[in-house]
Amino acid sequence: MHVHMGTVDFTSLEALVLILVLSALLLYPVAAFISGRKHKKWPKFRYLFWFLGIIVAAATLTGPLAHMAHESFTGHMIGHLLLGMLAPLLLVFSKPVTLLMRTISVPAARNLSRLLKSRYVQFITNPLVAAILNIGGLYILYMTGLFTLMHSALWLYALVHIHVFLAGYLFTISIVYIDLTSRRHSFLYRAVILVLALGFHKILSKLIYASPPEDVIRQDGETGAMVMYYGGDIVDLALIIILCYQWYRRTAPREGKVMREDVQG
Amino acid sequence: MADRHASNGPGASTNTWSGVFFGVGLMALIDEIIFHQLLQWHHFYDHSTTQVGIFSDGLLNAFALFAIVAGLFMFADLRRRYTLRLRRFISSVLIGAGSFQLADGVVNHKLLRVHQVRYGVDDIWPYDLGWTVTGVILLVCGIILFARSNRREGE
Repeated sequence: MHVHMGTVDFTSLEALVLILVLSALLLYPVAAFISGRKHKKWPKFRYLFWFLGIIVAAATLTGPLAHMAHESFTGHMIGHLLLGMLAPLLLVFSKPVTLLMRTISVPAARNLSRLLKSRYVQFITNPLVAAILNIGGLYILYMTGLFTLMHSALWLYALVHIHVFLAGYLFTISIVYIDLTSRRHSFLYRAVILVLALGFHKILSKLIYASPPEDVIRQDGETGAMVMYYGGDIVDLALIIILCYQWYRRTAPREGKVMREDVQG
Repeated sequence: MADRHASNGPGASTNTWSGVFFGVGLMALIDEIIFHQLLQWHHFYDHSTTQVGIFSDGLLNAFALFAIVAGLFMFADLRRRYTLRLRRFISSVLIGAGSFQLADGVVNHKLLRVHQVRYGVDDIWPYDLGWTVTGVILLVCGIILFARSNRREGE
C-alpha cells in the first residue's frame, strides 16, 4: 500500500486541515460569547463536545494517526471510525446549528430556518437516504477500486474523507435528535434504519475480511476488518442507547395517566 | 406498546416483547463474549462462509444489539407504569433466548455455514447437537412458563 502512498504529498492537505480546525476551535466559543449576551448562557459541557469532536476528526487527517493511516489498513480503519462515527456523535452534542441560529441576525436566522425546511435538506436527512449515503458510500469505497485509486490523487483522498465525515454526521443527526431538527420521523422508523445500517456495516466488514482491497496485506486487512466490526459496534451501541433513551423520555406517562388506564383496562 | 389495552390488561404485550427482545440480545451477547472471545471456538469468518450467511449473520447480530438495549428500556417503562409482570417477562426472555440459539444453530451455522461451533475437533455433531438442544430446551421452558403465567394471570 505504501508503494502508492509515496507519490502523494499530504503536506498541503494537512495545512488546510490545520487552518480549518483552528478556525472551528476559535469560532465556536466566539459564537457562544456573542449569543450569550442576548440569550441564556451557552452550557459549558457543549464546548467540551465541540472541542473533542473537532480534535478527533482532525487527528484522522493530520498528525501521527494520519501518517499511520497512510501506512497500514488497520490505521486507516481506526481513522475512519473516528472521522465517520465518533467525531459526528461528539459534535451533535455540541448543537452547532442551534448555536449558529441564536448567534446570527434574525433575518439570517429566518433564511437558515427556511434552508433547514427545504426539500433538499428534508430529503438528505431522511434516515433511509442518510443511511444509504453513509453505508453505501463505504461499499463503493471498499468494494470497488476506489480505495486504491484514492491513494493516487490528493484531491480524491480529500473528497472521500470529506464524504465519510459529512455522511457520518448526516446519518447521526437523522437517527438521534439532539440539535435543531425540522422534520421528525417516528422512533420505529429510525430504529429499523439504525439496525439495517449497523447490519450492513457488519456485513461490509466481513466482506473486507474475506477479500481486502488490492495492495492490502492479508493480515492487515483482517485486523482492519475486525476493527471496523467491533469499533462500529461500540459507536452504534451508543446511538442505540441514545435513541432508546429518547423514546423512554418521550413516552413518559403524565401524572395520573396510569390510574386512568387501569380503569379503562 | 401499541396495545396497552389488550385483553390481558395494560402492558401485557409490552411484557412479552420486552422479554423476547432482551432474551435475543442476551443470547447474542453470550455467543459473542463466551464463544467468540473467551473460548474462541467460533471464528469471525471462515472461508466456507456463504454470502447469504454473511448477510443473515450481520443483520441478526445488529438486531440483537438493538434488542438488548430496547428490551431493557421497555422493562424500565413497564416498571414506571406499574405494569410489570415478572413471570411473563422471564418466560419471554427464555423464548427470545431459545429462538436466537435455535436460529443461530440451525440456519446460521448449518444451512448458511457462517462458522462452525468449534474447529479442530474430530466430530462436530456433538457440538451441533448440544447447541440446538440447548435452544430447544430454552424455548420449550419459555413456552410452558408463558402458558402458565397466562393462566395464573387469568384467574
